[in-house]
Amino acid sequence: MTETTQDGPMLAADGTPLKKSLRRALRAQKLRALGLIAPLLIFVLISFVAPIVDMLFRSVENQIVSDTLPRTVVALRDWDGEGGEAPGDEIFKALTYDFIVAAERKEHTRLGSRLNYEMTGISSLFRKSGRRVDDIGEDYLDQFKDLNDAWEEPATWVAMMASEGWVADQVAWSEARAAAKSADQDFETPEPAFALRPGVAKALPETADIYSAFARTIQTQDEDSPTEEEPWNPVYMALFNDLASNPDAASAFSGDVAALLSEAAAAVGNFETISPKDAFLDADEDWGDPMVWSTIKAFAPSYTSGYFLSAVDLQLTASGVQPQDEDQQIYMLLFKRTLFMSLMIMFSCILLGYPIAFLLSNLPMRQSSLLLILVLLPFWTSLLVRTSSWKVLLQQQGVINDILVWIGLVADDNRLVMINNQFGTIVAMTHILLPFMILPLYSVMKTIPPSYVRAAKSLGATDWTAFWRVYFPQSVPGIGAGCILVFILAIGYYITPELVGGTTGTFISNRIAYHISSSLNWGLAAALGTILLAVVLILYWVYDRIVGIDNVSLG
Amino acid sequence: MKLKTTMLMAASAIAAAPAVVAQEMADSMTLVSWGGAYQQSQVNAYSDPYQANNAGLEIVWDSSSNEAVAKLRAMSEAGNITWDLVDVVAADAMRLCDEGLAMEIDADEDLAAAPDGTSASDDFGDLLVSDCFIPQIVYSTTFGYRTDVAEWNGKEPDDICDIFDLETFPGQRSLEKRPINNLEWALYCDGVAMDDIYDVLETEEGQDRALAKLDTIKDSVVWWSAGADTPQLLADGEVVIGSTYNGRLFSVIVEQKQPVAMLWDAQVFDLDGWIIPAGLPEDRLARVMDFVKFATDTQRLADQAKYISYGPARASSAPLVGKHAELGIEMAPHMPTDPANSKNSILYNFDFWADYRDDLDAKFQAWLAQ
Amino acid sequence: MPTDSKADGFVVFDHVQKSYDGDTLVVKDLNLNIGKGEFLTMLGPSGSGKTTCLMMLAGFETATHGEILLDGKPINNIAPHKRGIGMVFQNYALFPHMTVAENLAFPLEVRKMGKSVREEKVQRALDMVQMGSFGGRRPAQLSGGQQQRIALARALVFEPELVLMDEPLGALDKQLREHMQFEIKRIADNLGITVVYVTHDQTEALTMSDRVAVFDDGRIQQLAPPDQLYEKPENSFVAQFIGENNTLEGVVESIKDGTALVKLDNGELIDTVPVNVSAAGERTKVSIRPERVEYNKERLQEGAHTLKAEVLEFIYMGDIFRTRLRVAGNEDFVVKTRNAPDQVRLKPGETIEIGWLPEDCRALDA
Repeated sequence: MTETTQDGPMLAADGTPLKKSLRRALRAQKLRALGLIAPLLIFVLISFVAPIVDMLFRSVENQIVSDTLPRTVVALRDWDGEGGEAPGDEIFKALTYDFIVAAERKEHTRLGSRLNYEMTGISSLFRKSGRRVDDIGEDYLDQFKDLNDAWEEPATWVAMMASEGWVADQVAWSEARAAAKSADQDFETPEPAFALRPGVAKALPETADIYSAFARTIQTQDEDSPTEEEPWNPVYMALFNDLASNPDAASAFSGDVAALLSEAAAAVGNFETISPKDAFLDADEDWGDPMVWSTIKAFAPSYTSGYFLSAVDLQLTASGVQPQDEDQQIYMLLFKRTLFMSLMIMFSCILLGYPIAFLLSNLPMRQSSLLLILVLLPFWTSLLVRTSSWKVLLQQQGVINDILVWIGLVADDNRLVMINNQFGTIVAMTHILLPFMILPLYSVMKTIPPSYVRAAKSLGATDWTAFWRVYFPQSVPGIGAGCILVFILAIGYYITPELVGGTTGTFISNRIAYHISSSLNWGLAAALGTILLAVVLILYWVYDRIVGIDNVSLG
Repeated sequence: MKLKTTMLMAASAIAAAPAVVAQEMADSMTLVSWGGAYQQSQVNAYSDPYQANNAGLEIVWDSSSNEAVAKLRAMSEAGNITWDLVDVVAADAMRLCDEGLAMEIDADEDLAAAPDGTSASDDFGDLLVSDCFIPQIVYSTTFGYRTDVAEWNGKEPDDICDIFDLETFPGQRSLEKRPINNLEWALYCDGVAMDDIYDVLETEEGQDRALAKLDTIKDSVVWWSAGADTPQLLADGEVVIGSTYNGRLFSVIVEQKQPVAMLWDAQVFDLDGWIIPAGLPEDRLARVMDFVKFATDTQRLADQAKYISYGPARASSAPLVGKHAELGIEMAPHMPTDPANSKNSILYNFDFWADYRDDLDAKFQAWLAQ
Repeated sequence: MPTDSKADGFVVFDHVQKSYDGDTLVVKDLNLNIGKGEFLTMLGPSGSGKTTCLMMLAGFETATHGEILLDGKPINNIAPHKRGIGMVFQNYALFPHMTVAENLAFPLEVRKMGKSVREEKVQRALDMVQMGSFGGRRPAQLSGGQQQRIALARALVFEPELVLMDEPLGALDKQLREHMQFEIKRIADNLGITVVYVTHDQTEALTMSDRVAVFDDGRIQQLAPPDQLYEKPENSFVAQFIGENNTLEGVVESIKDGTALVKLDNGELIDTVPVNVSAAGERTKVSIRPERVEYNKERLQEGAHTLKAEVLEFIYMGDIFRTRLRVAGNEDFVVKTRNAPDQVRLKPGETIEIGWLPEDCRALDA
């Protein structure tokens, strides 16, 4: 054993370091233990941890704007909104392309309701504009058509835009489909994904961009084929723009297409132009409101602090973070109220639960189990029934008021308001959460031998001193456990406050529920929930610092 | 994002396990509605006759309409739609349509024409408020009052603005704990013409004006959040007058015979109907479309009114409305659409509320909390 | 050391009765005088009422009937904390949330003593139990024996005249227990305090006490100094309960001149001291202590009574030999003999003759 003293680690009999062989011996045990808890671990991960992580993620996620309006978001980078004017045609052009794709994919209304959380009115603005966006470019279509009827033909466009490889694949695919059809077989293979001809993107950049978006959209959305569908009107606007800025574009093509293009390039100079901005303003004049644009710009990034700011009564504007309008500030008030009321409920539970738990732990077995059943009885009735019975008891025409009036304590025309306010909420929730205070208290008190109090008394302490100096400190762990249980349950409660809280007794969770199920503003709900979670964790930490978490016991 | 999808799928797979089992059965369809008497009226008028003609079809009812919007979004994100047809109010239908969660329909193609050949789109008319919405009923939010209030000295309210008259009609009122309807009534009783209400409400001043009007009775208001609250409060004598859905008041007055009467003035019309979740597989979709075509035809909508006092959404159904199935009374006078009842009424402005709902709700809640 | 101080009873139980349920008496008519400075032990099996008596004295239970006097004053209606009685509990009842010093200071604090006085007294008490340097520790950091000392110190620190101890050594192992017995006795003698000590361990009772009250069935069966208790048990319960005892059953033939002639069940006649037999014909249990029986003929004294016996078992126990015999039909007749160089070692199966003096043989109740 001498070699183990100073200069080397302790060695096992076979010469390996003792620590290492111990670890090896324990590994099998640990693996077995892990195997035992694995089902629960996986269940908790999937059903509890992952949703929480997902919720945290939702509170900052904001990809919908840049996903739906990619071109507009890029174009808006250089727009500073100064001068209080809406942006010019360039940005509206980008918006046209984005909007036609989004409208065809039915995504514009989703984005509209997302942005409506930030600025009222965007929802209907987007919905209305979605119906009108396909009109933009119709004038160009007419002018191209007047020039040559071939522009109306899907085949012209396929010849111009599609890669030869795709054309060949497409032909093969439609033959296979026709064969399957004649053999009366199911044919489920989708059309090969559209591919652009090399060089088109350089010669006709806008057209290439929007046409391939068109082709992919109708392929995936409507299961149509670009070989059969005439392009959207805005595609003609793109072609006009490309030809106007690059009259030489035809040189990149050959054959009929080159001829068509050179003919068009020569003619576009005389085309009647239209402004996409005017078209949008014509659909809804709100597009001229720079606030709409600064809202889009402010929420363009993929991640936003907007939800968190809203959750603390601030708002994100183009000019930075600002307080929410005073008459819409509600969340800080609700957070404070939730904390305050949860604390009140917690203290009421201590006040009411402590004596009961004390009694429970000191009564003989038979009486105490009867009393324990009474304590647990509320658990066996539905939450709604319990809450509703409090309504019956506390309302103005309710049992308690009736009794008070009958005794003469309260005048009939001046009955007490005990429900639909904070008082009612505290009463009902204290009742519901009381068992969560009593049970840990009881199980801790049960372990305090009566000899402590007797010892204190024999040492000369009065009943009160014996209780306060000797019994109470030993029941503190039970109070701690009860408080944590009650407080955390109370802070997230929403059914009872919803039913009996009236206007002054509702909690932040009622707003979270509203945003989850009614307004569908899940981002804000997630941010509120995250803040609530953080508040609970902070309070837990504070509790640990002050009381010590070791000082919590369930018995 | 991958993780999220996987996880949501797993979570909803657990939650939706019973529904999945149901779908694997030969022929089954899950309909979502509001439960209670309303759902029962749909069973009686729609699904029972349909099943009589389609032996072997199983119809599963799920009473989750009050959280349909959130659940549909969760199902869609998880890529596992377990519902086939969902009953929602029009505002929710619009929201679902905007979110891409409901399928767009073509009224003339997908729905039955009226017996006289009028196309479905003309028969439903303006009630097709959203591309995804198939209206069933017109209901209204209106007021009921107790007829035995001593302090009123024999007077009974007959004007919506009596709600704001605490002098003549003292006592607690119950109003819904949301801005919708309340702000309209407040502005109307503050002197705004019926047609100007939404224009005024679009402005900051108009909103403040509406809240200021509500301020005058705020201390006497109990705020409800479930449709059953007001009937209960009226029956208990907790409030003397309160707003709720007209069908709820019908059952308090006619079925339970409580001393309560209807105040039809300035009732707010709203619509309830079906939406079909987007992304249903073809076989399920075909079945649902067949059911919807049957369940929203003229006769079926008229039949529903035998069981509940809501007006059929088709113009052609109105003349067919008959007597209550059990009580044997004429239902027409109890319909919100009855000419005598709808002399003065407000049509809920869906576009306005789609835009202003979040904003005004925040403002309203902040006002309530003050 | 007063062994008989009934006259100036410091603690007096006067016809005390106690019932918990109103049906049965746990303590039946208890009369007991405890002198000042006396070390009195209440000994008895569990359920015999001894702890109830202690609790009544401490004030945690009230007497159903009768009076308890402390220093001449009735204390029935005095709250426990005003009685000024120190108490050591079975599991020490040291307050776990206080340090040792705080535990000791507690009784001084509630008596509103100044800080310096407190500290001095606490230190003195700790020194007294040789735990001077443990003041800053928590009870949980101490061993059982150490906790026991602290509990003792705490019961003594406020200088009560009467200290009650409720099986204070029950949780200790044998060696420590024996050590602590002497320690407690020493401290009690030094301080001159009155101690009422409850135990079910008769060795403890015999070693420590001035007098022992043997409890059974709610009554004191015998109250006597240890030697009398052992040598002159007054009834068969005490004879059985205290120390080891041999019992031979029989019928009294006659009583005369302070001697009772008993006919054992196998017909053998022996002389005994009549203790609680009064007339011929009564059944009796004759009690003989194992160490008063002799089988070594050379040691048998004059006048000894002899009987035949068969050796069943012989156990070597170091200091003594323990022999189990069959005597007059009793197969559990035990003899203890000192391990002396000239002592005979018996073998099972041997038939021998045993003998004892008639005055060691007591005829008790059956």
